[in-house]
Amino acid sequence: MEKLSFEISKEVKFRGISIVSVVVLVIIWAIVTHFEWVDPYFIPKPLEVWSSFVVLLSEGYKGASLFTHIANSMYRLFTALFLAFITAVPLGLLCGYSKYIRAIFDPIIEFYRPLPPLAYYALLVLWLGIENESKIALLFLSGFAPLFIATAAAVEKLPADRMNASLSLGATKRQLFQYIILPSCYPDILTGLRTSIGVTYATLVAAEMVAATNGIGWMVLDASRYLRSDIVFVGIILMGIIAIGLDSLLRFYQARRFSWVGK
Amino acid sequence: MAITNRVPFEDKDFEQEQKRKIIEVKNISFQYSSQQQAVLQNIDLHLHSNEFVCVLGPSGCGKSSLLNIIAGFQKPTTGEVQIEGKHYSKPISEIGVVFQHHNLFPWMKIKENVGFGLKMKGHSKEEIEKQVHHFLQLVQLESAGDLLPHQLSGGMKQRAAIARTLAADPKAILMDEPFSSLDALTKENMQHHLLLLWSETKKTIFFITHDVDEALRLGTRILVMQPNPGKIAIDMANPLKRNNPAAVDFHHKEFQELRSYLIGAIKTS
Ligand SMILES: Nc1ncnc2c1ncn2[C@@H]1O[C@H](COP(=O)(O)OP(=O)(O)OP(=O)(O)O)[C@@H](O)[C@H]1O
Ligand SMILES: [Mg+2]
Repeated sequence: MEKLSFEISKEVKFRGISIVSVVVLVIIWAIVTHFEWVDPYFIPKPLEVWSSFVVLLSEGYKGASLFTHIANSMYRLFTALFLAFITAVPLGLLCGYSKYIRAIFDPIIEFYRPLPPLAYYALLVLWLGIENESKIALLFLSGFAPLFIATAAAVEKLPADRMNASLSLGATKRQLFQYIILPSCYPDILTGLRTSIGVTYATLVAAEMVAATNGIGWMVLDASRYLRSDIVFVGIILMGIIAIGLDSLLRFYQARRFSWVGK
Repeated sequence: MAITNRVPFEDKDFEQEQKRKIIEVKNISFQYSSQQQAVLQNIDLHLHSNEFVCVLGPSGCGKSSLLNIIAGFQKPTTGEVQIEGKHYSKPISEIGVVFQHHNLFPWMKIKENVGFGLKMKGHSKEEIEKQVHHFLQLVQLESAGDLLPHQLSGGMKQRAAIARTLAADPKAILMDEPFSSLDALTKENMQHHLLLLWSETKKTIFFITHDVDEALRLGTRILVMQPNPGKIAIDMANPLKRNNPAAVDFHHKEFQELRSYLIGAIKTS
């Protein structure tokens, strides 16, 4: 108990330091803009950004509410992630199981994985049009690889003793898969999913900036054309907060569910 | 080769006791494809019912390899293993294994670990719960059922691993240096527990150790292996267990002599 409360108080201390760091950053921002050391066109005042946010909330941006823009982006993100999850995980498990199957898929994945997504985005737009389909395909491709690689690696590093132990306890091949192999891989799959979300999210914003008529990424790019740096700031801050929120949710789940990992 | 083949503590009455064969190791040889030397050569061995067999031998002489073959984890290069007359070459639930590292499933609560074998065999929830309770009690872990393995001490983990193996009700249990990572006090406590469990459950136990005292304390039968290639050099009944297999008389007049005999046998190989 003693040790636990000690750890918590340490945790609180680090949190405190982080909060102070953010507050100091905002204060510097306020000072710099207050004395107009930088052209206000480049860096708006914090209060202006806040009031732009309030206006965006009530009036939306170019015909759609702020919520709609975010929802459009999230729809693309999660459709792609869902598709990536239901394909990359089973394929990763198969490839972890069999070197032969892995040999079939490895060259394809290893080839496209290091390519910058925007490089093949042009092709996807050509094939699927400028609407959601091409974006979802793009996001799917960028999210697929990390999830696939994490899953296959998880199967490959399964300890032989663990599998032997369960077979000696009478598990059949099917039971071995269901009760030992899958649960052993869950933590790594979740870590893969977190990487996947990060990559996909970055690709999403980029894709909306290249070709879109809505979405949070598009809003930022469009606002910059009209030198509305206040709206650009709102957009960027929102994007950051959404990303942190998504990752914290998964991290929280990971810590609760997989407290045993690495012990 | 300084060892004479004379076993100084022969006791015919003790050895002739009627016993049923559980596991037969038939003329096994084993070699890793990457190595020149065979690890095991022409091993013949019978393990009987209610026998506690302790295996001694210098590091690298092939003890674990032999255990892995009997467990079905590894296939011998030649020869075969049988359980009650039936050939097998894969892990089977009739043969339980306790590893040097506890090897509990880290995401399962202790009671789920212990109930794993029963669950695989399709027993009902109530039956599993009853059995799990029984075996947790047997290893004195009733209060740890809802904890995860990483929340237990080393000795508790090893007891949980033993309970998990026992609960699957195997005919024989193979143990590879199960107590070697425990401190002296815990180790002694565990040996005491294991002896009680063994005399209660009447299972055949095949127990690898590098600790001669441990072998003398636990085994009704002691094997000493020698390396290059691995073979069984000594196979003897433990005279200290003549009267009461569940207890050992460390003040027995033969104890010191026996101990130095075994240590000598391990060293000269
Ligand atoms: N995976 C492997 N590949 C090649 N050789 C191996 C492998 N595992 C073990 N060996 C060799 O087989 C021989 C026997 O090893 P084994 O693990 O059975 O010995 P052991 O008697 O259990 O030793 P210890 O008391 O140290 O556990 C050793 O010489 C070792 O080098
Ligand atoms: Mg060994």
